[in-house]
Amino acid sequence: MSFLTLSRIEKTFSDGTRAVQGIDLSVSRGELIVLLGPSGCGKTTTLRMTAGLEIPTAGAVVMDGRDVTRLRPSERDVGMVFQFYALYLYMNVEQNIAFPLQAAGLDSAEIKQRVSAAIERIGLERKRKLYPRQLSGGDQQKVSLARAMVRRPAAYLMDEPLGTLDAGERVSMREFIRSRQIELRVTTLYVTHDQEEAMSLADRIVVMEGGTIRQVGSPAEVYDRPGDLFVASFVGSPSMNCIAGEVIQSEGRTRFVSERGNLEVALPPSHQPGRATLGIRSEHVREDPAGALAGRVTLDEYLGSARNTHIQADFGRIIMRSAAAPGHPAGSLVRFSLDPSRISLFDTVTGMRL
Amino acid sequence: MADIASARSSLQVCDLSQRFGTIQALSHVTLEVREDELLVVLGPTGAGKTTLLRIIAGLQAPDTGRVVMGGDDVTHATPSARDVALVFQNFSLYPRWTVRKNLEFPLRAPGRNLPPDEIRSRVEWAADLLKITGHLDREAVRLSGGEMQRVAIGRAIVRCPRVFLMDEPLSNLDAKLREALRVELVELRRALRTPMVFVTHDQVEALSMADRIAVLSGGRILQLGTPKEIYESPASLEAAVQLGQPAINRIRVRRVDGWWIAQDGTPILKSESVAGGDEMLLGVRPENIEPTGGTHEGRVHIVVDLGATRVLLVHWAGSEFHITTDRTGEFKPGDMIRPRLRHQSAIFWPASAAP
Repeated sequence: MSFLTLSRIEKTFSDGTRAVQGIDLSVSRGELIVLLGPSGCGKTTTLRMTAGLEIPTAGAVVMDGRDVTRLRPSERDVGMVFQFYALYLYMNVEQNIAFPLQAAGLDSAEIKQRVSAAIERIGLERKRKLYPRQLSGGDQQKVSLARAMVRRPAAYLMDEPLGTLDAGERVSMREFIRSRQIELRVTTLYVTHDQEEAMSLADRIVVMEGGTIRQVGSPAEVYDRPGDLFVASFVGSPSMNCIAGEVIQSEGRTRFVSERGNLEVALPPSHQPGRATLGIRSEHVREDPAGALAGRVTLDEYLGSARNTHIQADFGRIIMRSAAAPGHPAGSLVRFSLDPSRISLFDTVTGMRL
Repeated sequence: MADIASARSSLQVCDLSQRFGTIQALSHVTLEVREDELLVVLGPTGAGKTTLLRIIAGLQAPDTGRVVMGGDDVTHATPSARDVALVFQNFSLYPRWTVRKNLEFPLRAPGRNLPPDEIRSRVEWAADLLKITGHLDREAVRLSGGEMQRVAIGRAIVRCPRVFLMDEPLSNLDAKLREALRVELVELRRALRTPMVFVTHDQVEALSMADRIAVLSGGRILQLGTPKEIYESPASLEAAVQLGQPAINRIRVRRVDGWWIAQDGTPILKSESVAGGDEMLLGVRPENIEPTGGTHEGRVHIVVDLGATRVLLVHWAGSEFHITTDRTGEFKPGDMIRPRLRHQSAIFWPASAAP
């Protein structure tokens, strides 16, 4: 059953910018939804309309069966975390985290226990008596997240809450959010431009661009079966390899043929002839001494646990991901093949998945 | 001839120390950037990265130590005399000027006296390399963040400096743009054959871009080596945790009957030699643990699907472990699995190292 519903919501700002252009979204109780997209895609505006910080130009926000479209933020029972931490400067870490629990009237033993658990989880045991100005930006961000997550509101709304943290801290804070969320099952809307963060947190990802939704799906669906060329390029690091060409039917065979070069892939006969773009993830491009495809290495990126080899082939550029060792020096020739079972096809004109 | 060319464009930093009040920002930092090298200085906030860059640029005089460029001691030379180009995190363009005017600016500096044809051709060369030719007549303020940073980089390369210094130039960009620009920067630097010092706290940038990495912490260089050397053979626990995501797993072990045993008695790994102490801190990268094939059970707590890989957070041997696997196996929270360390993948440190 849907707990939070956005129906046909739109936001046009006074300068005429159409930030959100009629979005429908239905979120189940306890689900963690990530709104993912580049800057200017409308994700933050969508979140702010859910929070009550912006009033939609059109459409409705329904929470737990109640139309909250025009209610103030304080009337919505949501816990908010933003990139800009708003801590009480005259309270130390413990007092900051305890404050919402005291305000809710919990007994002191319960408060003490919950605050200690939260502080341990964010790794600030030794800083529990420090004040915000004595903390780094990253630590302040952790405190504000912990303070929001000791409460159990109807929904959490988070806008890039990990934006100021170092890479290592991000991983541990994501796990904090994920495990708290699994524990509490509080419906959560989370905004980020970082696709890896989206993949690692979401039950479902909403990919946005230009004020509209491009795709809604589980991380695996969005990654494996991108709905259009934008999603194919935005989700995944590196982006999905895309090769322009054509679907051709002749002599009873259907196949994809690249615009340039000699790439050919057999397709099921259900595909209609016409211009198309073939998409394949870099981990499904495999080094293959007997492979029909070949190219020169332009760049070999060592990533520790893996390697991204950038190859210039006659049909265009392609990235191959493999285990870390051994490397390919720039300029060397590699032969490779594509895993035919892992291919995506898109309409080159509309960009839509075929 | 090659030696002269290399001496002309290399950079050496010798025994550099710098103190600000009670804080030792840098202590005894020594490194060399070869003519054809991209050196990444990697470290957390407060490690001394920016101070090091400012001293190389001449914006800050060191307490002790020397900066040598192309064989000349430039420790006390002015920034302009050093002929280095700096790119910062925030783009620092003139917002109301066109891209062309922004790119021309460093070439019109007093004393340069370049002929107009030369200025034009350098600007167009840089714009072409950075794929901003179509934007040359636009105002900087009308560009996207990624385009602005390209212009900022362009303004550095038109000068053909002796050294490029980059201070987290990609940090303010969206994740996707960062990924694209880091590839472009590596290819660009290779085409220019000018040494580059690139400062970052992002380990993916460091691993993927660097010819060598200097791991900096608390003002000291913890390790200097290729990405592979530091990732696979970290000199210390402190250096090991700077690279790799999720971070390297650590657990205290003691040797009992030819096995390394965790505190709770779980056997972790066969001990292959008797060298070293009987109590150690064992480190193992997440991709070097297989989720199955071991002897003792652990419980899967979180499963993260990253597309190409999957990361499991597992409670095992009285500790928390990250395991990176491919996506062939099915795992869900609550599953019991039997982790196993891959052969010869463990790294050992003295038990006194912090866990």
